[in-house]
Amino acid sequence: MKAFKKLLLLLMAVLLISALAVGCGGNGEAESTEAEAPQEQTEPTKVGFIYVGPIGDAGYTYAHDLGAEYMKKELGDSVELIKVESVPENPADAERVLNQLVSQGCKVIFATSFGYMDSVIKVAAQYPDVTFLHCSGYKTAENVGTYFGQIEQPRYLSGIAAGKMTKTNTIGYVAAFPIPECIRGINSFTMGALSVNPDVKVKVVWTNTWYDPAKEKDAAKSLLEDGADVIAQHQDTPGPMQAAEEAGAYGVSYNSDMSQFAPNAVLTGPVWNWGPYYVRTVKAVQEGTWQTEEYWGPMSDGIVDLAPYAEFLPDDVKQLIDSKKADIISGSLNIFTGPIKDQTGTVRVPEGTTMTDEEILNMDWFVEGVVGSPK
Amino acid sequence: MKISLEKRLTPSTFMLVAVPLVSVLLALLVGAVFLVMNGNNPIEVYTMLISSAFTTSYGLTESIVKAIPLMLAGLGVSLAFRMQLWNIGAEGQLYMGAVAATWVALTFPQLPSVIMIPFMLLMGFFAGAIWGLLPAIPRAYLKVNETITTLLLNYVAILWADYLVYGPWKDPEGFNFPLTPQFVPAAILPSLGQSRIHLGLLFAIIAAVILYILIGHTKWGYEVRVIGESPAAARYAGMNIKKNICLVMLISGGLAGIAGMSEVSGIAGRLQHGLSPGYGYTAIIVAWLARLHPASLALVSFLFGGLLVGGYAIQLMGIPAAIVNMLQGLILFFVLGGQILTNYNIKISLKNKENTPKEVG
Repeated sequence: MKAFKKLLLLLMAVLLISALAVGCGGNGEAESTEAEAPQEQTEPTKVGFIYVGPIGDAGYTYAHDLGAEYMKKELGDSVELIKVESVPENPADAERVLNQLVSQGCKVIFATSFGYMDSVIKVAAQYPDVTFLHCSGYKTAENVGTYFGQIEQPRYLSGIAAGKMTKTNTIGYVAAFPIPECIRGINSFTMGALSVNPDVKVKVVWTNTWYDPAKEKDAAKSLLEDGADVIAQHQDTPGPMQAAEEAGAYGVSYNSDMSQFAPNAVLTGPVWNWGPYYVRTVKAVQEGTWQTEEYWGPMSDGIVDLAPYAEFLPDDVKQLIDSKKADIISGSLNIFTGPIKDQTGTVRVPEGTTMTDEEILNMDWFVEGVVGSPK
Repeated sequence: MKISLEKRLTPSTFMLVAVPLVSVLLALLVGAVFLVMNGNNPIEVYTMLISSAFTTSYGLTESIVKAIPLMLAGLGVSLAFRMQLWNIGAEGQLYMGAVAATWVALTFPQLPSVIMIPFMLLMGFFAGAIWGLLPAIPRAYLKVNETITTLLLNYVAILWADYLVYGPWKDPEGFNFPLTPQFVPAAILPSLGQSRIHLGLLFAIIAAVILYILIGHTKWGYEVRVIGESPAAARYAGMNIKKNICLVMLISGGLAGIAGMSEVSGIAGRLQHGLSPGYGYTAIIVAWLARLHPASLALVSFLFGGLLVGGYAIQLMGIPAAIVNMLQGLILFFVLGGQILTNYNIKISLKNKENTPKEVG
């Protein structure tokens, strides 16, 4: 019996290798490995993660990794994690790493950054029995789902903290790329700040990188020298928060609770809580109930939240944010309901109307109060 | 006791083979110490590193895929280095080639493949060549240091490409993400069977053969070498140094441009931010490891491609990316460091009476 099992394993290995050798033409092979699947029911489901930065970035990738580890803890021995970090977002590398994860036996693969989109779609077409989840993209297939959260909701709330705490009425915002994800984040943050302080200006600097601690920090420094006394960020590392700490300014962090890196600066900040989503998705795949979806989780799902408030944040500000948070969760407050003016003062969203999801996802203009160019 | 380095009259053939081998072994040995400290079995890790890059057909083809841009850009910079022109600008020349090829693909989508691909190739070469020529002219006529100018032009080229994908060339259906539309099938380089090895490999091999003949077996090649080794002698012999600086940089940039063209047309199928993970810089290392020789450049590009491919593969065993980078760095450190032994003799003398006064390290 044991020998038979070994033989079977060997056979499967040979099949896998030959399937790889013929690459995407291996539809027939893919089906035959599928047919043998029931015999490995007790085997753990291998779940692959590819990360754009190192796990130690203390930000974006770290938050995903916390989610992955949470999922592993919840599902125990029924899953096995395989992670690859610092995978560049060019098709030459991303496609190969995805292929390698499949060849390692991964049945579920989470590609956690936008730039992997084309590669995911390409590789997924070759392996219909593997489920791919792509974070923040817009292309789906029968075995490819997308997922993201409405991080702009906690961003709006963090804007309230910044708007209340600024004395110079100038807030600096260090952001990665002029893509809709960052633009709508800046807009909701600014609207949050303006809701409590109509004189506030949010100055934006683009870094053209997600992960570059030194560059992010330098960008924050330039904003601080330009009169900003609160620094917000759409970046993967605590670099901007450290710049704020060193200058004795305040900061609004992102991704994970960054207060340990800048304890006297960080007021609060939007955070990701991917764990429950990862648990739910992997479970659904294991049970065979998963279906392709475009998940865009709101704050009420818990996938996005605020980092714990700083102790030095005044109580009335904490209470104000708490009440607004309750309004967002209950649905009585929608950030993208008009009137919303753009930088030129033109009304883009008239009073009483709300932007559609598509309009929000395509946003390429700044709201009034933002200083900088959305390009 | 005195230890000194003495230049060999001709590089030692034995050392030429032995040094890289011993260097790699030493690097792996030092790397093993860190792997053990991290709780990994170094033998397992190295087996995975090598087997994933060189023993499976998928790994082999992927190593070649990585080698194509390295080889093309490496050939380009090695030609410039022959003439002691420090072209650090291959990355930018690569991007300009990609931009020009993209322009063709987006502007004339109705062209048939037989016209489209040569047109993209030509424009890719042309754009890279211009980007190489730009710093060559001030270098030739005003002695402006080309190391700085080629390097700085990289940023200009990358930002130019970024501007296009964020602005005029942005895919209208791309939710405002920084991507151009997907190329039409006629603008995609054909690839070998089911693998991702594309026609760029042929471009690279042809370029290597042409360069080999040009440098080794033509009067022009002889001029390039003489100018590189002794500009004064070249001037005395009546060689046109200024013209040759421009010509060499033009070809050098053009080859990197072809790398960009083949990457955008053979792999990505569109222009996007972050097209190259630094191929133009890695090509400089590849060129030096190959001692600027076209044939060894092909081999070194392949091995280096494998090192990159295997590097990601061992992460699947739970090795952090930082250790992978460290291993790659160690290998380079030892191989480049070891090269001194092929050009120099280590001389250890107990008394310092017989030392020649020149070239004492």
